[in-house]
Formats: sequence, structure tokens, C-alpha cells
Amino acid sequence: MTNPTPRPQTMAEKILSRRGTQVVYAGDLAVVEVDQVMVVDSIAQSFIQRMGQDLNATPRYPERVSIVIDHVAPASTVSVAQAQKEAREYAARTGVRLFDVGRGICHQVLMEEGLARPGWIVLGSDSHSTTYGAVAAFGSGMGATDIALAAASGKTWLKVPESVKVTFTGDLRRGVSAKDVALEMIRRLGADGATYQSIEMHAGDRFTRGERMTLANLCVEAGAKAGLVVPGGEILTAYGYDIPEWVYPDDGAAYVQSIEINLATLNPRMSAPSEVDNVFDVADLRGALRDVPVDQVFIGTCTNGRIEDLHAAADVLRGRRVAPGTRLLVIPASSQVMEDAMADGTLLTLQRAGAVLGTPGCGPCMGRHQGVLAPGEVCVSTSNRNFIGRMGDKDARIYLASPAVAAATAVMGRVALPEDVLNTPVPA
Amino acid sequence: MPRIWKFGDSVNTDDILPGKFAPFMAGEDVFQTFAFHYIRPEFAASVQPGDVLIGGRNWGLGSSREYAPQALKTLQVGGIVAPSFARIHYRNLLNLGIPAFEFDLTGLLEDGAQVSLDVQTGVLTHAAGTVQLPPPPEFLREALAEGSILAFFKKHGRFPGEPA
Repeated sequence: MTNPTPRPQTMAEKILSRRGTQVVYAGDLAVVEVDQVMVVDSIAQSFIQRMGQDLNATPRYPERVSIVIDHVAPASTVSVAQAQKEAREYAARTGVRLFDVGRGICHQVLMEEGLARPGWIVLGSDSHSTTYGAVAAFGSGMGATDIALAAASGKTWLKVPESVKVTFTGDLRRGVSAKDVALEMIRRLGADGATYQSIEMHAGDRFTRGERMTLANLCVEAGAKAGLVVPGGEILTAYGYDIPEWVYPDDGAAYVQSIEINLATLNPRMSAPSEVDNVFDVADLRGALRDVPVDQVFIGTCTNGRIEDLHAAADVLRGRRVAPGTRLLVIPASSQVMEDAMADGTLLTLQRAGAVLGTPGCGPCMGRHQGVLAPGEVCVSTSNRNFIGRMGDKDARIYLASPAVAAATAVMGRVALPEDVLNTPVPA
Repeated sequence: MPRIWKFGDSVNTDDILPGKFAPFMAGEDVFQTFAFHYIRPEFAASVQPGDVLIGGRNWGLGSSREYAPQALKTLQVGGIVAPSFARIHYRNLLNLGIPAFEFDLTGLLEDGAQVSLDVQTGVLTHAAGTVQLPPPPEFLREALAEGSILAFFKKHGRFPGEPA
């Protein structure tokens, strides 16, 4: 580094210092280089308009811009098809990357393509861009105008966030997953508990990259600007990442809040309508909802559509059937996940159990297509938001849970725990 | 005279504009008619230019969708006053030039109250008096002097605080 570091720094301060022009701390303003700008189909037309009519600019570094067609893919209406056509034409004209229909959900695709790396700054036109923190990239969501400014200039302008330190201790019990950890973290912090802040997660060697993506993904549900997981475990070895020494937080860095989550005592969690921090033990909701049929179970999204998630679901569903009256939608997060799940038989297990498989993409998460909900319907979903009207009608109810809980619920037709299913013999 | 539209805590971006009514789905010319479609279905047809929205904490949590505040801008909402805002949405409000004030008016004003808001001075006048709303945070004033970060960037070719 060219600048001395006079005080210990958090990961967020480290990355924003490294990619800026001076050493910065929480509360400072920073103008920093952006390593990757991600644009989704939903706002592609706004982005193109900002770049053209408003800024009269082209992408400063086309290789640092990716457009992903995932939020309504394949197109459901003529207007959506037109927007996606314009996105394709823009990519061809300017040389930015395009990931077209079926390649998968933006965050999963960028991760698979190596377009988010330790120490990078990645901005996306999707709030769940915190996901890149799984590999110690400062990922943050912004709106179309900010995203266009970043593409035009190669930089962005932001306030260096304070950091919340979350330390995980102990080890998860069987049937408990990273999603349960993330929901517990959101419950503890609250939906605005980390607004404007970075959540820095100290997990040691726990969690795969996919699991770390689930943790970082949900940080925005506490209002966070970024969710950074300190590199460890398979991140150090499995993907060939060059992990710079400077990316790790310093001992003695300043945190606004520190919390500890003991994984060994954590039970499966579920977020009840209509706020993500409305989190309960699944066992309690199972009791409260014992007479409530579940109409739809959705396994997928940037939160939980990865191979680990499909494996967890298949382990519960293997040899069993989805309950009569319940629909199970499974949408892999990317074409790579789909291929892997095809190759190892997971998709066959899910299909035989009665799952409906969809094109890799966002699916019905934001209520646009591929499984929206009717008035009064109940959905258990592995996605990230249960707001009123999020997946369809305003009187539909959405419960957020892990893939294993979602799969168990699909088998029982009621909110259920994996053990409820796994303790019952597979039918002959 | 403009009126108050009063909301509670945690008004999220799906409340402001459900994702299924994004411009690329509902149409660029009509998407704003779905503002608050589920939680205040009468809003879009009744709101008048200059009306002021007041809410509780964490206004605008959720999605990065800029078309949510764009719908409010198209409907010529005069400003939003809430004790706290979610960060992506707050940036979007600034970028679109929608006045946003961090202040809690929900204990003082009722839904439908007649008000006038001077966005330059931050003075809100209501039937029983006036309220001085706080100015925007210091670090934003350089940008806001030009109207928005976009306007600042267009004029200066750099971000606020960045060496020329």
C-alpha cells in the first residue's frame, strides 16, 4: 500500500481504502474504483437511458460491466421481451458482457464467472448485491442512476460504513443450515439494525462458498450496505482466489456493535409475514399453523437456489412425494447448478418427488411470473422477502425458510421440520 | 393546498411500487398508477402535486428499484418525511431529486392534514404552526447544490469531494 495505516481497520475500511485514493475510516466519504458493475433486466431500459440521454456516456471499462437477464426470464410479455431485446442490443453495441435467458440469477452467475473476487468492489442494480461479500468482495446494491454513473466513470461515491461484527461459534446441528443462521442474524439485528453499515461475519473455516453467499445475501434485510465474510474454509483453497493479506480485518478495528451467534444451539428458523425480521422457531410455527395447508413451496433464488440447497431438499424428498394439494417449484440458481444437479441425479430425485422444475432465474420471487400466488394462498419459500404482495396477491402469505424445511413442508403439506419427514420410513 | 399522506413504519419498496408493476412490465406510461397499489389503493388516483408523504422508521427498505421513487416523482409528490430511510432508497430519492427529510411527523400530523412544504428552507406549515425540518446531511450538500449526484457529475465530470 502506498498509504500508511495509522489505525486498525475493518474489512470494509480496508477494501474502500485500497480501491480509493487514501486511507479511509467509517464516516469518511470515498470515491473508489469499481471492479464490476452488474445490471439486471428489470432496469436495463433505465440504465440505457441514463447512459445515453442523461450522461451521453458509454461504459468506461466495458469489461467491467455485466448485464444479466434473470428477473423475468424467459420473457413473459411483449413489453418484457422488448426490454430484453434492447439490453441485448446495448451489450452488442458497447461490448459489455451479456448473460442471457437461462444462464441464471445475476449474483450466482457473477460468482461462477469469477466476476466477484476477494478485495473487489462490485455494484449491482439489485439489493441482494451484498451476496458478493461471501468471497470478501465489497458488494452493494444501488439504483439505476448510481449504476449508470459507475459504468460511465468506473467509480462510485459512497460513505464508508461503520461495521457490525458478527461472530459465529460452535457448529450447526443436522437439519440446520446457513439460511437459519442468516434468519437468526436478521432477527437479532432487526430490519433496520444495520442500516448504512457493513456486517462483518467471522465464521472461521465454517461454511462453503454457497453457504457464505446465503449469509451475505440476507445482510441487506438488516439494511446493510455490505455483508462481508472473513475468508476461511474452502474460500482459501477451492476456487483459486488470490486472497490478499490486506483484505482481512485488523485486530482492534472499531465496531459499532458486536454480536455472537452460537450455531450449536440454533434451531431451524422461519420468517413469518410480512417482514423478514419476523423470525420464529419452525417448531413453534408448525404448532401454530398445524391446520393451515401450504399451497406452494418454492425452492430457489439468489438466497437458496444453489447445489447445496438442492441437495438438502433432495435428501428430504428422496423416495417421497409432495403432499396432495401442495405444489413444489424448484428453480436452480444457474445453468451450472442445473447441470450439476442433473449430473448427480438430484433433479431426477426432485422430479420423481413431484417437483415442478423451472428455468434458472429469479422465478416467482418478486411476483412477476412462474408461480405467483392467488388470494389467500400460503407459500413456504427459500427466498428473501415476504412483504405484502411480493409473490402475487396481497392476501397471499409468504413464510421464508431453509431448503430442508421447505422440502419437509412440501412432503407434509403443512409447515414441517426435516425430522418430521426423515423419522418416517420411505414408502415401499 | 397539499395534504399529508400518512404511513406507518417500514414502508418497503414493494409497498411503494410492487415489482410486477415495474415500467418494463406495466408500461412506462402507466406504472405510476400502481404506487401503493396494495396498501393505499386510492393513492395514485387521488394524490395531488406537492402532497407530502410522512412515514415511520426505515422508509423504503427492500429493493434497489429506482422506479419506485420514480413513480412518486411522476405523480409529483412534494417530499417525504420519515425519521429514518433505508440506504439504497435514500440514494435513489436524492438521484431523482425528491426532497427527503429525516424527521418524525407521525405524532404531529394526521392523514389528510393540509400543509405546505418549502423544500428549500425545510419549513413545513400546517394548521397549528410550522415545523423546521432538518437540512440534509453535510456530506450531501455539495451534490444537492447541483440538484443531484447525477447533475453534479454531469456538470463537473467527477463525484463530490473527488479532486478535479
